[in-house]
Amino acid sequence: MFLFAAAAAPLLPDWVVSLVTIAFANALVVLGLVVLWRAGLVSFGQALYYCIGAYAVALTARWTGFTDAFALVVIGGVAAGLVAVLIGFLLARYREIFFAMLSLALSMILYGVLVKTESLGSTDGFSVATPTFLGYAPHAQALGLSLYWLTLGVDAIGAVLIGVYFRSVAGALAAPIRDNEIRVEFLGVSVTSIIHTKVVIAGILGGLGGALAALAIGHVDPNMSYWTTSGGFVFVTILAGAGSVAAAFVGSLVFEAVRSFAFDVMAQLWQMTLGSVLLLTILFLPDGLGSLVARLRRRGEAKAP
Amino acid sequence: MLTASAILTDGLVYAAYLFIVAIGLTLIFGVMKILNVTHGSFYAFGAYGAATAVGIYTNADWPAAAGFLFMILMGLAVGLVLGIILERGILRLVYGKDEVIIVLVTYATFLILEDVIVLIWGPQSYAAYQPMVSAGNIEIGDLVLSNYDIVLVAIAALLAGLAYWALKFTRYGRLLTTVIFDRETAAAFGVNVTLVYTVTFIIGAMLGALGGAVMAPKIAVTLGIGVEVIVLAFAVVAIGGMGSIEGALVGALIVGICRAAAVHLVPQIELFVIYGVMALVLVVRPYGLFVRAQPRKI
Repeated sequence: MFLFAAAAAPLLPDWVVSLVTIAFANALVVLGLVVLWRAGLVSFGQALYYCIGAYAVALTARWTGFTDAFALVVIGGVAAGLVAVLIGFLLARYREIFFAMLSLALSMILYGVLVKTESLGSTDGFSVATPTFLGYAPHAQALGLSLYWLTLGVDAIGAVLIGVYFRSVAGALAAPIRDNEIRVEFLGVSVTSIIHTKVVIAGILGGLGGALAALAIGHVDPNMSYWTTSGGFVFVTILAGAGSVAAAFVGSLVFEAVRSFAFDVMAQLWQMTLGSVLLLTILFLPDGLGSLVARLRRRGEAKAP
Repeated sequence: MLTASAILTDGLVYAAYLFIVAIGLTLIFGVMKILNVTHGSFYAFGAYGAATAVGIYTNADWPAAAGFLFMILMGLAVGLVLGIILERGILRLVYGKDEVIIVLVTYATFLILEDVIVLIWGPQSYAAYQPMVSAGNIEIGDLVLSNYDIVLVAIAALLAGLAYWALKFTRYGRLLTTVIFDRETAAAFGVNVTLVYTVTFIIGAMLGALGGAVMAPKIAVTLGIGVEVIVLAFAVVAIGGMGSIEGALVGALIVGICRAAAVHLVPQIELFVIYGVMALVLVVRPYGLFVRAQPRKI
């Protein structure tokens, strides 16, 4: 799928390329949420890592003049990952509602700090310097395509690695942890450390997504840490379902498409459209779009005698 | 000395506003174990309804006290209608499901209702300042306090007292307490848990709308007030403990005074001191101040 998307890029109009770039950057954050969702945890504060990744990129470019896109993305991921390691010690002790609320509180703390920091532009935020790619400095359409391919590349690597994680023992323990944590502990496994690992993975992915988004959008502001941004990511996670890695990317594309469409057609009522779609998905497709694909595949297999 | 008394009074007023908003949220969570994100919408609807009410009575030239009462009643009515529609219409469909799924359902409803507000009242903001202005000010020493703020604190105190009395001394209150404590056992004893759920949700909705109604004269009633208020209410409820009315009171006081102190002394941390306090409390007491640790059911 990634190869096809990468190849199709030069043929698509500019707005599609930028839409897909942002959708795939967000999809990385959603992938992190899927990792957590498989263990039964919903984090309403992924915007924290998204924002850290974005601001790390923006600040590095601003303070050091270093604009290499590859390095910046790695910096974004590492910064968010470090924060996730620290926060994970606190978060891994909680489950369900309190996990969600504590993560929300932490993202709002960052929001509050950023809004009150005038040197960083307060609620206006500030713009990100144009990225370069190992010395190559593209402009306009070439820049858009370069960012698109960078995003696809990072996403592909992320997807492969997370797929490996899901097939490993730690990844496979996610469902048992969701079902009955205490019995998993009876197996001699430390649930807290597994959840800590998942928080860190989700944090790194969130940071990478935020870094890519900062480069793609060209602007960072504190709103990237607001809880409604986290809500959007959670929305896509529900839409996509926790079934597979690909679901996160498809779901994110669908979400961006729906959001742009809603904004275009009913600019005043786009929130209502989004809310209705979320509600309908939860009511009628509780395992997300991924389950729809699985269901169709199963029906196809059943039909073939 | 002046700063200390200013912090105290500002903190009390802010705490009163937080308490009125948070009590509905904690009640709904305590009984139904639902973290109701739509509470922000109840608040917003209450505020917009109150703004409409203020518009009506100002044009009809009623006396201030009657107008104030009308505003409150309008807020309560809006909450009642919304609560019934939501509970019967949407929540009923998702009762058995995972807690987090229900939170997402309430988030979806919140998004929908945000735009319903735009449909009904339009995108412009409303100013419903008349009750605040007509209440006047009083001077205590060097401090000038708005009478409206004093009424707000009185309402919050009254609400706290009423909630305490209702939960401890009325039959329905005691039924509610048993359902909060252990839903299954209460059902086994013959308590109509479904009815309790419905009534609790409606009361919670009315309280949320009441919060919006009394705050309408103090704020600009515009889009997005629901969004800000939910996170604050969550913080208060998380500090106090979900489902605990005393917790909501203490949480509101802590948050109110901390924020007032921050605003007066160190304005830079104002926005995040609330969440910092919440994170701090949760580190020490993971379920809030007034909720004892739940035994794990294996």
